[in-house]
Amino acid sequence: MALHFELVTPAKLVRSEDVHMVVVPGAEGEFGVLEGHAPFMSTIRDGAVQVYKTDGGAPETIEVRGGFAEVGENGLTVLAEHVES
Amino acid sequence: MASLKELKGRINSVKSTQKITKAKQMVAAAKLRRAQAAAEAARPYAERLSGVMASLAGKVSGDSAPKLLAGTGSDKRHLLVVVNTDKGLCGGLNSNIVKAAKIKARALLAEGKDVSFYLVGKKGRAPIKRDYADRIEKHFDTSAVRNLGFEEAEAIADDLIERFEKGEFDVAHLVYPIFKSALAQDPTVDQLIPVPSPEGEGTGGDAVVEYEPGEEEILEELLPRYVKTQLFGALLEREASEQGASMTAMDNATRNAGDLINKLTIQYNRSRQAAITTELIEIIAGAEAL
Repeated sequence: MALHFELVTPAKLVRSEDVHMVVVPGAEGEFGVLEGHAPFMSTIRDGAVQVYKTDGGAPETIEVRGGFAEVGENGLTVLAEHVES
Repeated sequence: MASLKELKGRINSVKSTQKITKAKQMVAAAKLRRAQAAAEAARPYAERLSGVMASLAGKVSGDSAPKLLAGTGSDKRHLLVVVNTDKGLCGGLNSNIVKAAKIKARALLAEGKDVSFYLVGKKGRAPIKRDYADRIEKHFDTSAVRNLGFEEAEAIADDLIERFEKGEFDVAHLVYPIFKSALAQDPTVDQLIPVPSPEGEGTGGDAVVEYEPGEEEILEELLPRYVKTQLFGALLEREASEQGASMTAMDNATRNAGDLINKLTIQYNRSRQAAITTELIEIIAGAEAL
């Protein structure tokens, strides 16, 4: 089973898909999230979220501003105030 | 009895009014769909945010809780944030919102509290000014913006939080319409600041969640964001309510205009007939006399 990744802004649900890994720009440094990650919550700084669809594939980057990331049983949720794509 | 010419003029004027109301109704119907879609799209964010809030607020309590959550310690000065529409032609929507705000204000004043108003949207100004002219803090103008977005909500929230930090008020209430259907929009009063502890299960469940940097820091980040989301939701609800109410009101107006046209047309035909009959009688009477 892959990691379920959701990217949500106030305006809409930007992404909701299963991916291999996501690298999130946390306030205290970047962190990568794979499936089965322990429950975790962090604020994020402005930067790029890198989405790896497959293992070893090229990442897709999404610029986000303001928000936080939450890892729970049902995957990773990034709540961002603005998304530039 | 109005003359034929007068009647014809009235029928034409009602017809052109009907054209306007019909056009407004169709515009509102089209915009309503868009507003509803926007309100729907904003829901996941709000849901997730309140889920996270619920799981965090339970953990951070007591003295360490930020001011936005715990309040200033007193509840003397209240601020009513009243969200009205910018345009009219939407039936009783605005007067209902103003009524709800005034009821709340009266209740607070009766308890001996201090009340001030923060008005969003144009249509609430005049009726509130009539009763509480000296209590209006600020008008926030949204009429220049075509598509309400998160920026406006952000601006309002930042302004409110700044005033709160400065100690201008202790409690803020948000008065806005909740869109139920095109027929029903309920004016609602919600507490905005201090943020009420959300009910329900946190998304984290029982699992031990790690926080980075820490619970308090995250919560401090989260609270202003939560206020913004609340305001954004209120703006979206307002938009949907405005279009819904407008659609219903204009539908009624179009139907009334149709009824009026029918009535006037019957009256017009009757008097025309009467005029013809009179003329005939005159002619016949004249011919018989010969």
